[in-house]
Amino acid sequence: MARRAAPEINAGSMADIAFLLLIFFLVTTTMDTDIGITRILPPPVKNKDTHVDVKDRNVLKILINSHDLMLVNGKPATVENLPQRVEDFMALHPNDPNFPEVKEEYIPELGKKVMMTKGVVSLKNDRGTSYEMYIKVQNALAKAFDEMKDQESMRYYGVPFKDLVNQKKIDLINKLVPIRVSEAEPENVGGQ
Amino acid sequence: MAKFKTSKTKGGQAQINTASLPDIIFMLLFFFMVTTHMRETTPLVHIKLPEATQVQKLEKKSLVSYIYIGEPVNKSLGSKSRIQLNDAFASVKQIPEFVARERQARPESDRNLLTFALKVDQNTKMGIVTDVKQELRKSNALKINYSTRKGKK
Repeated sequence: MARRAAPEINAGSMADIAFLLLIFFLVTTTMDTDIGITRILPPPVKNKDTHVDVKDRNVLKILINSHDLMLVNGKPATVENLPQRVEDFMALHPNDPNFPEVKEEYIPELGKKVMMTKGVVSLKNDRGTSYEMYIKVQNALAKAFDEMKDQESMRYYGVPFKDLVNQKKIDLINKLVPIRVSEAEPENVGGQ
Repeated sequence: MAKFKTSKTKGGQAQINTASLPDIIFMLLFFFMVTTHMRETTPLVHIKLPEATQVQKLEKKSLVSYIYIGEPVNKSLGSKSRIQLNDAFASVKQIPEFVARERQARPESDRNLLTFALKVDQNTKMGIVTDVKQELRKSNALKINYSTRKGKK
């Protein structure tokens, strides 16, 4: 009996099948990496009546109304020069009564006392403020603090903050330049 | 007609061996299969993220939960901004429950590292965003991320 050879499977269409699958994955793939501004919310307050008094000179008040207009310490301002304002405000001016107070703080990692500003940026928006404007302001604040971190990083380690790899060094810079932004409960003046 | 014969007389061009073509395609296919992550939720709200320059990458995808806020895609639901959690619309009141469920789904050691990414449409009013933030605060989910697009400097 003549033995028939096992019929060969035609592999010619394999490439086509693979192509089909490839195109499917190409189309469904989302390569987007999630990016954004990370913030830590303040822990919930237990007692609502606790009132912390902060001296007026220590606070940079930013107000945004429902028409997306901004006031910085009572005067109209734009997002473009906000980072500079914040940096000026947070810089150390030990003997100037127009700028926030400074205090000495002992940093164990450095083994010495370091001058730190007591300044706080207070951000208050209306319930009718657009999210776009809010992010613009948050972005401007982030820019200011990032630049200050860069300065400190250059001073102590000679490299920009984003080039630091050592977690201890990163933590130290974060400690030297804390993101002091306080968000007040929004008002509902403009209506929604 | 010598004109037509020239190519043949030269012996013809060597055929390219396509036997390895499926292998190459398979390699590409596997690359995409591995790097792909499917959309887990179908968006019910229309979201155009605002732009920002000072952005950070969200490192661990498995430790991120998403909260979507925007106008409903379905026009018959009106144009008021709504919150979407997982695959359904939700009210602000449901957020603590959502936070608890998301925590439960993670291994115990990672529960404190959970980040909540707010994907909010740029035309949304801050009122609803603030309400969501307050609820997150109350349920002790303090690490949040405002999702943005990478903007031009």
